[in-house]
Amino acid sequence: MADIKPDDYEWIRQFLYTQCANDLGQGKEYLISSRLGAVAREAGLADISALVTSLKARPLGGPLHQKVMEAMTTNETSFFRDGHPFAALEKQIIPRFLSSNSGRPLRIWCAASSTGQEPYTIAMVLRTNFPDVANRARILCTDVNATVLKRTTEGVYSQLEVNRGLPAQMLVRYFERAGANWRAKAELRSMMDPRVMNLAVPWIGIQPQDIVFLRNVLIYFDAKTKREIVTRIRNTLAPGGVLFIGGSESILGMDEGLSREQFGMSTVYRRAA
Amino acid sequence: MRFLVIDDSRAIRSLIIRMLKELGHQHAEAGNGREALDIIANNGPFDAALVDWNMPVMTGIQFVEAARAKPELAGMQIMMITTETEVERIQQALALGATEYLMKPFTREAFADKLAMMGLDKAA
Repeated sequence: MADIKPDDYEWIRQFLYTQCANDLGQGKEYLISSRLGAVAREAGLADISALVTSLKARPLGGPLHQKVMEAMTTNETSFFRDGHPFAALEKQIIPRFLSSNSGRPLRIWCAASSTGQEPYTIAMVLRTNFPDVANRARILCTDVNATVLKRTTEGVYSQLEVNRGLPAQMLVRYFERAGANWRAKAELRSMMDPRVMNLAVPWIGIQPQDIVFLRNVLIYFDAKTKREIVTRIRNTLAPGGVLFIGGSESILGMDEGLSREQFGMSTVYRRAA
Repeated sequence: MRFLVIDDSRAIRSLIIRMLKELGHQHAEAGNGREALDIIANNGPFDAALVDWNMPVMTGIQFVEAARAKPELAGMQIMMITTETEVERIQQALALGATEYLMKPFTREAFADKLAMMGLDKAA
């Protein structure tokens, strides 16, 4: 990608500031190049300069402007994403686990945990509401991408990331400043067990899990692979263990051995005890 | 829902107001905390105030203190929207009665998430 012209840089900086209060500041040419290069290519434009020319010629708020904003700001995941699975965890799933498993370690698996916001959300729910359980809980975090998984290990998030979905009370209780970023405190990080893993390939060495989060993952696989993954997840669930999938996903026809249960707005699949 | 947007930057007020409109909310705006209190005195409480920290005449944190000293405003939620990002600042705002805290810069999604978190996601 060619160098960014000063005028183009300034236009993008102003655009981001007026559209989403994102003050890019100076010297972020590399960020524009890495994030907007793909947007330009997708739009059939030669480079960033052509992208800016095209943006200027279109009314604000159009799809291309939206893509630029998303590319510069969006994260694929966020803390407390969708809310209700974590309410179900707090109000129903963990209390039920406690009533039948006093003193036993709790095993939770975030399959495709991406940059870690989901497992850290679970850790905060446990630390806040069930401190004794949190002390004996392990959260297995797996992802096929070693780079994003490293972020779970480090527990470091940008300001834009902690702005998304994380209540301020939780932020100041469980995170500390790390330069311009925020780092999860050791009490959360110590609960994480990150491992690189491809869900599409049969796995070994995963202990029986009490709770599995497999949200917004299955959509990326074909029907055959999806069925194989659900079967393997079911076999990995401990007796009585539960599976969360994404709100818009379905495993209809491949949920043999699992019973469907509704907790408020959350659907979970339970393996027979 | 009715929001009072308090920021000394007209550009930032416009940005926030545009996001509120997209979410179907009503709004009024003020350039500092004093002006905001006058608007509330004349128009009654809002569902929420969205307030910057650093402003002339009356700062955001002074506004939070003043608003929380008025029992009739107990039901009005307050979210700080500010470039102040130190832990101590956030703790101070929450201790004085701010309901939520959003750090600049922020995205449309982060803004909408915060409103939902505060139960303010129902359109007017």
